[in-house]
Amino acid sequence: MTVPVASTSSVMIEARAVEKWYPNGFHALKGCDLEVRRGEVVVIMGPSGSGKSTFIRTFNALEDFQKGQITVDGIALSNDLRNIDAIRREVGMVFQQFNLFPHLSVIDNLTLAPVLVRKRPKAEVSEQARALLERVGIAEQADKFPGQLSGGQQQRVAIARALCMEPRILLFDEPTSALDPEMVREVLEVMQNLAADDITMVVVTHEVKFARHVAHRVVLMTDGVVVEEAPPETFFTTPAHERTRRFLDQIL
Amino acid sequence: MLRKLRHELFSTPGDGVLSLGLLSLLVLALVGFLRWAFHQAEWAVIQANSTLFAVGRYPLDQQWRLWLLTTLLVGAAGLSWGLLRAHPRSDREGVLWPRNDRVAAAVLVVLALWLPFALRLHPGIQARWWGLAALLLALRWLAGRHGRQLPSKLLRLVPLIWPATYIIGMVLISGGLGMAKVPPSEWGGLLLTLLAASFAILLCFPLGVLLALGRRSELPLLRWASVVYIEFIRGAPLITLLFLGQNILGFLLPGGLAPERIWRAAWVLTFFAAAYLAEAVRSGLAAVPAGQVEAARSLGLSYPQALQQVILPQALRVALPSMVGQFISLLQDTTLLSLIGLLELLGVARTVMANPEFLGKNAEVYLTLAVLFWCCCAALGLGSRALERRLDPQTIPSR
Repeated sequence: MTVPVASTSSVMIEARAVEKWYPNGFHALKGCDLEVRRGEVVVIMGPSGSGKSTFIRTFNALEDFQKGQITVDGIALSNDLRNIDAIRREVGMVFQQFNLFPHLSVIDNLTLAPVLVRKRPKAEVSEQARALLERVGIAEQADKFPGQLSGGQQQRVAIARALCMEPRILLFDEPTSALDPEMVREVLEVMQNLAADDITMVVVTHEVKFARHVAHRVVLMTDGVVVEEAPPETFFTTPAHERTRRFLDQIL
Repeated sequence: MLRKLRHELFSTPGDGVLSLGLLSLLVLALVGFLRWAFHQAEWAVIQANSTLFAVGRYPLDQQWRLWLLTTLLVGAAGLSWGLLRAHPRSDREGVLWPRNDRVAAAVLVVLALWLPFALRLHPGIQARWWGLAALLLALRWLAGRHGRQLPSKLLRLVPLIWPATYIIGMVLISGGLGMAKVPPSEWGGLLLTLLAASFAILLCFPLGVLLALGRRSELPLLRWASVVYIEFIRGAPLITLLFLGQNILGFLLPGGLAPERIWRAAWVLTFFAAAYLAEAVRSGLAAVPAGQVEAARSLGLSYPQALQQVILPQALRVALPSMVGQFISLLQDTTLLSLIGLLELLGVARTVMANPEFLGKNAEVYLTLAVLFWCCCAALGLGSRALERRLDPQTIPSR
């Protein structure tokens, strides 16, 4: 199932020795390294509070960091606001709580950013948005409002909204954790279909099946440190670290 | 129906006694009021001074301008009402004449037909009110029926008729452009009340939003300035500020802005209401989850874009009920203008009651005032509730 990624493909995200302290002094990231190549699907796992969400939120500057460096699609993350805007245009994000705009219809949720940020004509974006909704299987809900949809449908709209900006990288921050069990599958299926395209994905999740079958690499984070980084077969069967074995014992 | 009544009013003996007691009190009060209104009260004081109550000492030969303005307002209202019904929200099934609208139209017809007649207004004026009511309902009907065929480019211009009407109205009221000038000292009654209130409501809104944003800003100077302003204004009684304003606004504002007492008072009302509005908006801003900003920013929207497209629309919807409450109390606060010698509704009422010819007719006058204010506030409240329903992301189709 796993598609090998050619070693020649370029690096999309490069994080080197990233350290972050929260304003209250909590040391959330203690020198994290990660490299994600074009078209790769990387799953980050780990117990709650281990800093995995914080880590991927630094990739599109939703969180700042104090030490180390991050380069996204060739642009170095710095305090330069223009760089941040440029990166955010290329990096889509899907949140645990969906974060759809409740005052806008589904279709307007999708078209808002492409029209405002990319300055594309509204008619053209609408057409693309409907095609995307079709692709995530909710074309008939285009004119409803987010509050009228189920959790699974909302998350699929959120994925379509991120895709409508045509990002090169998609970040998923526990996309299925707020969903009822029977809705998890519909969202995972959409994500699996995406992974077959050449979009780069970084996914924070607890879904072992998804990690096993879709990820190219699985990363374990605990206490703000990247502990293990391995292809799924190795990660789930013969992990190198004792900490990973203990984590797997708890979730499997 | 009977069973429901019985269930709600007489389900236990205690409930029954309470219901009977309250009902008989209500009936007694109503009978007493009706007897007073139809036998003892002398409404001549209202009939004789109806023009004074409406527009104060506005010159008689220029009053056609006010009628023209009323016609424009009624036209704009009918048009907007009909178009709103013709274009329901994308997720809802449109009903051209929902029950509320039918009730409103019926009440309007009864009021327009009966009130001018009951007050024995001049026949010419009676006819004008009938004409205005007919115009409103006709435009409502036309816009509702044919609003769907209008091209969308034209539709987008429709909301502009309101600011346009407001500007035209100001010109019509004050004169200029070839019309005789009517100085603000001659405006009065309901005209002055509505003018001061609408001026303050329109201007305190943007000011209040800016103050609320300032108070949440990360720039310390801006935040402190907003906090000091809001807390200073909220700590002082309006009447003090009104007197203060008459004395110092002349120095503070650039020359042409507040030459007249009326404008000075209107500015004070604006500054006063803005501080309270800022707090209402702030509570709305606090109600928007942080995830909304994050989602907007992660899509590449700049902060101003996120504010305008994502945060403010949600914050203002949450703040809407308390903002309208603020507007309603602002409307009522205009009565304080009578204490600084302006002849708005209450000021006119006091001059009328001081007239020896109408001595002792206080109850009639005050009741009329109360009803007029109630009508204005009810209109504001109804409008805000309709807006809330339209903006509510959760509601199911309304009947």
